[in-house]
Amino acid sequence: MPVNETLSTYSDWCYGAAVGVYVLAMLLSLVDQAFGRRVPRAVRERELVGAGAGGSATPPADPPAGSDRDGAGEETDRGARARRMGRMAVALTVLGVVMHLGALVLRGLATGRVPWSNMYEFGATLCLFAVVTWLVVLRRFAIQHLSVWVLLPVIVLMFLGGVVLYSEAAPVQPALQSYWLVIHVFAIALGSGMVLVPGVVSGLYLVKVRRPGWAGRLPAAEVLDQVAYRTTVFAFPIYTAGVIFGAIWAESAWGRFWGWDPKETVAFIAWVVYAAYLHSRATAGWRGGRAAVINIVGFALMVFNLFFINLVVAGLHSYAGI
Amino acid sequence: MRAALAFLRNTWRGLTSMRTALILLFLLALAAMPGALLPQRGLNAVKVEEYIADNGWWGRLLERFGFFDVYASVWFSAIYLLLFVSLVGCLTPRTVEYAKSLRARPVLTPRNLARLPHHREGVTDAEVAEVMADARRRLRGWRLEEREEADGGRSISAERGYLRELGNLVFHFAMLGLIAALAVGKMFNYEGQVVVLANGAEFCNSGTFAYDSFQPGLRVDGTDLNEFCLRVNDFTAHYLPTGQADFFRADIEYQAGEDLASNTWRPYPLEVNSPLRIVGDRVYLLGNGYAPTFTVVFPNGEERTNTVQWRPVDQLTYLSEGATKFDPPGVSDLAERRTKQLAITGLFAPTAVLQDNVLASAFPDLRDPAVAIDVMRGDLGTDSGRGQSIFSIDQSMVENGRLKRVARENMRPGEELRLDDGTVIRFDGVERFAYLQVSHDPAQTWVLGFAVLLVLGLGTSLVIKRRRVWVRATPSTDPESPGRTVVLLGGLARTDQAGYGEEFGRIADDLLPRPAPDDVVRQDVTAGRET
Ligand code: HEM
Repeated sequence: MPVNETLSTYSDWCYGAAVGVYVLAMLLSLVDQAFGRRVPRAVRERELVGAGAGGSATPPADPPAGSDRDGAGEETDRGARARRMGRMAVALTVLGVVMHLGALVLRGLATGRVPWSNMYEFGATLCLFAVVTWLVVLRRFAIQHLSVWVLLPVIVLMFLGGVVLYSEAAPVQPALQSYWLVIHVFAIALGSGMVLVPGVVSGLYLVKVRRPGWAGRLPAAEVLDQVAYRTTVFAFPIYTAGVIFGAIWAESAWGRFWGWDPKETVAFIAWVVYAAYLHSRATAGWRGGRAAVINIVGFALMVFNLFFINLVVAGLHSYAGI
Repeated sequence: MRAALAFLRNTWRGLTSMRTALILLFLLALAAMPGALLPQRGLNAVKVEEYIADNGWWGRLLERFGFFDVYASVWFSAIYLLLFVSLVGCLTPRTVEYAKSLRARPVLTPRNLARLPHHREGVTDAEVAEVMADARRRLRGWRLEEREEADGGRSISAERGYLRELGNLVFHFAMLGLIAALAVGKMFNYEGQVVVLANGAEFCNSGTFAYDSFQPGLRVDGTDLNEFCLRVNDFTAHYLPTGQADFFRADIEYQAGEDLASNTWRPYPLEVNSPLRIVGDRVYLLGNGYAPTFTVVFPNGEERTNTVQWRPVDQLTYLSEGATKFDPPGVSDLAERRTKQLAITGLFAPTAVLQDNVLASAFPDLRDPAVAIDVMRGDLGTDSGRGQSIFSIDQSMVENGRLKRVARENMRPGEELRLDDGTVIRFDGVERFAYLQVSHDPAQTWVLGFAVLLVLGLGTSLVIKRRRVWVRATPSTDPESPGRTVVLLGGLARTDQAGYGEEFGRIADDLLPRPAPDDVVRQDVTAGRET
């Protein structure tokens, strides 16, 4: 299958545009984070939850509380403007997602295969899932002003991907020609993309509880903890499934389902760390700060697995090309 | 005696506590780490030797403590065993508890519902019985318990999400099963690699001697392997113009079981990602390469033809190196033979390019094959009793002068070369070979089964919430609303509170009349607690 150069060029443009839009969104959200005034948490949450559950029998009754207080004049103009910028940032992020998705779809069309077959593409897919996860989180929790902290690592990853790891659109090697490429890599990218959010939010949690002086504009620690926990709870089974799909694929491609290849090893370690995270929340004395640290370690391992193992250690997985 | 028992009991309690499990989990993660960072024997023995040589005492120390074979080391197994014991220890009592709780009735309605994390109340014109009937209908699918209460009221306690516990148990037991199945696999598995020329050459799984390398499990001695034979008739490779591989296929035929007796061969296209699965074994196409064919015409007129695989040294261009060895025919005197053995060694390029007369390869496919060879004559050292690689000659023989170079030449297929004693060496052409692996692991289906259970259990236990709702209806005692009913709702999620508020809100909306404005504030309190 020859590569369609035109489409792959369009894909690259979309990728660049997506990064640009994310940068803009990040800047706007930074203004929101720095100056936006927050309404008491409880009220906003309730409001959003109501909206999220839309379609149910809820009468549009609760017009109430939240919006009343929003406009209650206790906010400064500057705060309101900053918050509007925050909302624009979210809208821009959605636009970025559309271009990001476009970049991946175009690359897929250009190469006639799934667009996650080398490190550049895998990174792009992972980042897309991370941003989408964040947007889903925003539907449930009114913490749009934290977008800046999520977009920052995404932008860094995408920049590194586009500049350092970029690879031309090309077909893949025989070992990768398998429907497991579609399933395994999708699940791993989804799982790893999702845990970027709890990784970041757990970091904010630590700031909130350990350096309260810096954290005036962060939401309540419990909110951060909830966001981290609930996202991890969805990501973990997906990641687990991804690892198992990988083992099934390894059985048919490499002759064994598990061989302690460096990539497999670190995947296992990260898995154990996330399992420990979930347990730590059920164990008194480990909740909170310690759990957050574990979550961050888990995310660090995912990143380590993506970069260090692929680029430096090079086991069987590295033949996907950089 | 007592003290010893107490000690044992305390150790057991400590070992099976969740905290210990947590720490063991961390230790396991930590212990697995060196395996990712240091070279491992099982994956690359050559790299391990290099590492030890490069790192002196440090390398030897690591070697002593099993750091180059982490997953077979004592300390790794110790952690894994402790975890296993801890898991068994904590699962047994929990299973009993869960089994009980699966059948338990929902608990009594607490006296003060307003204290619960989620609660609402309202006043309705419906009678107590009607409210109860409504609630029963709304809470279909929940486990219900209706009770009479004092002063003419009634209450329902409802509970849901029992599957969570089941999922959790399934997950943990699946993990146990998985570990056990892995251990069984380690006992009875084997793996062997073999090179088979793609010219109809045959391989039979009749014993370890048939393999180029063989890794048995702990309880496998190499006898009693599953019987089957195969032969490789042809090998097809396809490359993109860039030289990147696009497609490999070995056309093989195999026989197993009754086919062996009737000598029936069945075809199979063996490709990467699609192993042949027969009689409990799997055959994989792991690699391929080239085997040049040389014919030697000895001075007495006798001919010998030999095709031996050469090893690819560059995976992109398939530049290969090797040594094809010949014994002189009709020489029975050992001493004389040791002066006349021949070895053809050097490089093979499937698509030759010569740079300053040095052979390189420009492309992995057979476009313009050539060899650059040294012909060595003398004592190959093959009957010295020392094993030697099929890919090279014994350099010590060259160093001590017993093996001498008698010619050096670049050749294309069909070309000949004449040695000083009249021997003629011809490069006839090249065959492809397939590098196959045979694997056997009787427990791997079990591992897969447990892994699937593990994910299902995990998903269930993480996504389903165990939660409770209580509804209490009492005739109003307020003189301003005679004949009306006060309805109180309370909710509690037993594990993670987040998200339950939505569901509770919907139930409350369905069961209660629209909240009066002054209730709004109370709702906010509810939501505030939720987060
Ligand atoms: C002594 C051993 C263990 C004990 C006592 C134990 C206990 C528990 C408990 C009580 C839960 C439920 C937590 C909750 O309800 O939120 C749980 C869940 C879980 N366990 Fe274990 N466990 C053990 C070993 C393991 C091991 C070795 C792993 C993995 C390597 C593991 C992975 C998990 C996971 C991923 C969950 C889901 C987390 C959750 O439900 O919140 N467990 N375990």
